[in-house]
Amino acid sequence: MSENTLKMKKQRNYVNMEVNPCKMCMPMGASLALKGFKRTMNIIHGSQGCSTYIRRHMAAHFNEPIDIASSSLSEEGTVYGGAKNLKIGISNLVDMYQPEIVGVLTTCLAETIGEDIKSIVKQVRESGDYSEVDLIPISTPGYGGSEAEGYYLAIKDILKYYTHKMVRMHDLEHHVTPRYEGNHINIIVSNATCEDIREIKRLVGLMGVEAFILPDISDALDAPYQSTYNKLSDEGVSRDDIYKAFAARATIELGDLIHESYSPAVYLKEVYDIDAYHMPLPIGIHHTDRFIETIASIYHMEIPKEIQKERGRLLDAMIDSHKHSAEGKIALFGDMDLVYSMTSLCMENGMKVKVAATGSMNSRFYDRMNLLLGRYRETGVILQDTDFETIHKEIVKEDVNLMVGHSDGKFIWEKEGIDFIRVGFPVHDHIGAQRKLYFGYKGSSRLLDDMVNLLLDQKHSGYRQRMYNAFYQPNTKKEDSVS
Amino acid sequence: MRNVQASNQTVIANQREAHIVVNEKQQHQEIVCDTHSVSGVVSQRACVYCGARVVLNPITDAAHIVHGPIGCASYTWDIRGSLSSGSERYRMSFSTDLREQDIIFGGEKKLIGAIDEIVENEHPEVIFIYSTCVVGVIGDDVVAIAKKAEEKYNIRVIPVNSSGFSGSKKDGYKAACRAILSLMGPRDEIMNDGPIPHSLNYLGDFNLAGEAWIIRNYLETIGLKLISVFTGDSSSKSLKDAKQASLNVVQCAGSMTFLARQMKEQYDIPFEHVRFVGIEDTIRSLRKIVYSIGTSEHVERFEALIEEKSKEYIPQVEAVKERLIGKKVAIYVGGGFKAISLIEQFADLGIETVLIGTQTGTKEEYESLKALTKEGTVILDDTNPTELEYFMKQTKADILVGGVKERPLAYKMGVAFIDHNHERKHPLAGFEGALNFALEVDKTVNSPVWNLIKGGK
Repeated sequence: MSENTLKMKKQRNYVNMEVNPCKMCMPMGASLALKGFKRTMNIIHGSQGCSTYIRRHMAAHFNEPIDIASSSLSEEGTVYGGAKNLKIGISNLVDMYQPEIVGVLTTCLAETIGEDIKSIVKQVRESGDYSEVDLIPISTPGYGGSEAEGYYLAIKDILKYYTHKMVRMHDLEHHVTPRYEGNHINIIVSNATCEDIREIKRLVGLMGVEAFILPDISDALDAPYQSTYNKLSDEGVSRDDIYKAFAARATIELGDLIHESYSPAVYLKEVYDIDAYHMPLPIGIHHTDRFIETIASIYHMEIPKEIQKERGRLLDAMIDSHKHSAEGKIALFGDMDLVYSMTSLCMENGMKVKVAATGSMNSRFYDRMNLLLGRYRETGVILQDTDFETIHKEIVKEDVNLMVGHSDGKFIWEKEGIDFIRVGFPVHDHIGAQRKLYFGYKGSSRLLDDMVNLLLDQKHSGYRQRMYNAFYQPNTKKEDSVS
Repeated sequence: MRNVQASNQTVIANQREAHIVVNEKQQHQEIVCDTHSVSGVVSQRACVYCGARVVLNPITDAAHIVHGPIGCASYTWDIRGSLSSGSERYRMSFSTDLREQDIIFGGEKKLIGAIDEIVENEHPEVIFIYSTCVVGVIGDDVVAIAKKAEEKYNIRVIPVNSSGFSGSKKDGYKAACRAILSLMGPRDEIMNDGPIPHSLNYLGDFNLAGEAWIIRNYLETIGLKLISVFTGDSSSKSLKDAKQASLNVVQCAGSMTFLARQMKEQYDIPFEHVRFVGIEDTIRSLRKIVYSIGTSEHVERFEALIEEKSKEYIPQVEAVKERLIGKKVAIYVGGGFKAISLIEQFADLGIETVLIGTQTGTKEEYESLKALTKEGTVILDDTNPTELEYFMKQTKADILVGGVKERPLAYKMGVAFIDHNHERKHPLAGFEGALNFALEVDKTVNSPVWNLIKGGK
C-alpha cells in the first residue's frame, strides 16, 4: 500500500457529518448548465428556498441577474402531490418569460414525495397549451450527487430530449440517423468561465475548426451592458442548433472524471456512434497539449504557428518562474476535474501539491490523482467526499503556503492567513470570476503567474527582518573590549 | 393592476394582481400578503429553514446541526455577517449530509451519531437541530432523539421545526423563537429577586457588522444594563439570563414580536418597539428606553450622549445630503420593519420612495407603508424580477435597495444599488450607521459610471 493509499483512508474527521461543506447539490449543477442554452428558463420543483439559494449563489458569482422559478411547494402540495403547483408554475413562467426551453428540475423534497415530473410534463405537453416550448424534465435530487453530476446530467437529458423530438418529427422508429453529416466537433465544457469558453472558441478558430460548444454561458453570463435589459438571454446554444451535436465528427468532453452514466459524450457515442474523446480540462501545458493535439489529430492537421507560439510563451513563463514555483506548497479544493487539472499544472511546474480535495464522491478522482502525483514521485493528501473541516486541518498539518479553490475556502484563509486564489464555483467574495481565464496556454500562464507572484510576495515581504533575525549578530566582543 | 403587458409577455401573473397596489390616499386599499408564494413567477423569498437559520445562527456558542441533504447547509454556511465577541462555533456548518440511503432507511442513526460526535469534539452547552424538507417527509423523530441526547449528555438539544415547505420564511422566525423559548425554559430561581433594575434585552438585531455593539455602547454609556441581544453576539448563558430583564425592546418586528409577546406572558417582561436606524429614530428609541427604565441620572447621560454624537455626525450627514436631494428610490427588502425604516432614512436624506415592497410584510405594515409614502407609490408584496423591472422603469427610480439577487438587476438597468442584506460589512445602526448609509448612497448614486451609460463622458 502506497503512502497515498494510507492517507486516502479517512476522508472526513467526522463520521456522521459534513462539517463546513465542500460541495453543493445536483439542482445547482443543472441550473448552471441550463444557463448555457438560449432563451432557457428552469423551474425547480420543490420548496421555495432551493431556487432562491441557487439564484443567490449564481448571482453573486457571475454578477448577473439569475432568474430561476420555483413551484413553491407548500404543506398541501407535499401531502397531496405537487402536480398542480408545477403546472401553474410552468404556465406562469412561460407567460412571463416566453422561453424556448424550460428545464423542469426536481429537488430532495419532490423526489422524496415521489413526484413523477416526466408524467406531469407529459400532461402539460399533451394539453397542447405550450406546444412551442420544449419542456425538459431533469431528475436532480439534491441528495443524489453533487453539482458535478447535476451539471452533466442536465446536458445529457437535453440531448436525449432532442433525440426523441427528432425521432418524433421524422417518424423514425429504431435507428436514429443524423440529420446531416457535419465536419464540426462537439466540445462539452465544464468548469469553464465565460472567458475560458471564449478562449476555446479562439483556439479552434485559429485551427480553422468549427466547434459546437455546449453549454455556452460565455455571453449569457458575462453579458455586455446594454441600454435595454433583456431578462431572458438570447445568447447560448439555441435549440435549433442542438441537432448539430448529433451529426458531429467527434465529441471532446472536457472533464473526464464524471461517471459514464452522466456523460453526454458517452451518450452521443452510444446513440449516434460519434467518437468520444474524454480529457481533463485544458489547464496546464500537458492538458492543453492534449486538447490541441486531439483536435489536430481528428482533422489530420498541423498545429497552427500562432498556437505553437503561445505554447512556447507558456514554456518560457514556466522556465522563468520554475525556481519560485518550487517553493509552492499548494492546497487545491473544489470540483474534482478542476482540482485534477490544477494539480497537473502545479506538478509540471515543480510545485508540491500537499492537499487536493473534492467534496464529490468519486473514487476515480483518487486513482487519477494518485497516478499523477506518482508520476512526479510526490505524495500529497488526496481527499474525496470530504469537507472543509478536514481540509482545514490537513492544510495546517501540511504547512501549505498557497490555496487555490472556490470562495468557501475563505474560512481557512481568514483563520490561517494563507494566500488564497479564488478559482472555481462559487466565487462570492471576489469580483470578476466570469472573466478570469484559466484554459489554454494563455490561461495556464496567467494562473501560474498569479500563483508565483503570491509566492514571491511571501518571500519579499518581511525578507529584511527575517534575514536580520536569522543572521545578524551584534558584535558584542568588540563592545566588551571597549568597556 | 390588470393587463399590464410588455409586448406580449405577461408582467403580472393573474394570481399576483392582488399583491400589488398603487398608493391612492383617498381609497381604502387592501393588499394581499402573508400567503404562500405563487408558483413559477420567480419569487425572491427563501424558505422556512432559512428564516430559522437567520434568527438562531448568531447564537455564538451553540452548535447548529442542519439535519438534511448537503445543499441546505452548503448554501447557508457563514454567509451572514453576524459578529461574535466570544465563541466562533456558530460559524461552523454541521450537517448530517443525508444521502439516498438515508432517505430510504431514515436519517435517525446519522443524527444520533452526529450529536455524539459534536458533544465529544465541541462540548457545546446547546445544540440546535434544524429539520429540512426531507426530514419532515421521511419521518425522523427528531424530538425524541433530542430528548434522549439531553438526558444522555445533560446539555440542551433543541429541535427546530423548520421543514422548508411548511410555510414561509416568517414561519421559520417563529420556529426559531420557539427554540429560544425552549432554551430559556420556564420561570426559575434566577427570577426570584425580581427583574434587575435598569436592565433590558434588545430583540431583533443580529449584530451585522457590529450593529448590536454600537447600540450596546450607547446603552452602557447611559448606564443601562443590556443583558442579552436576540440574537446578535448572544450566548446560551446570556439568553438564559435574559429572563431577569426589566424591559424588552424589539427592533426587527417581523422576527421577534412573537418572542417578545411570549416573554411578556411567561416572564412578565414588558416590551417596546424601537428602531436604531437613522439618527432621529435612534434618539427617539433611546429616549423611550431611558424614560421607561432609567432615572434622572440616566436621562442626563442620555442627553449628553446624543448631544456629543449629534455634534459629531449630523454635520457630516448634512454635507452628504446636499449631493442626494431629489433622487428617487425603489426599495425591496425582507420584512416590513426594514421597509418602514428605510423610507424614513431616505426621507432624511431628501430622497423620495417611489416603490416599496417586502417579502414577508404584514397587513399592518403595509398600512404603514401606504401612510408613509406619497400618492402613486407602487407597493409590492412578495414581488419578482419581472415586476421589479417593470415598476422601476415606470417610477424612474435612481436607486434600488435589495439583497444579492436584486443587485445585478439594478446594475443591468443602469440603476444605483444599496446592499441591504445579511452579508454587508458596514454597520447601518445608530449615528455611525446613519453616516455610513448616507455615504453608501452617495457612492453609488453619484458614481461617474452612470454618466458613461447615459451617453455622457
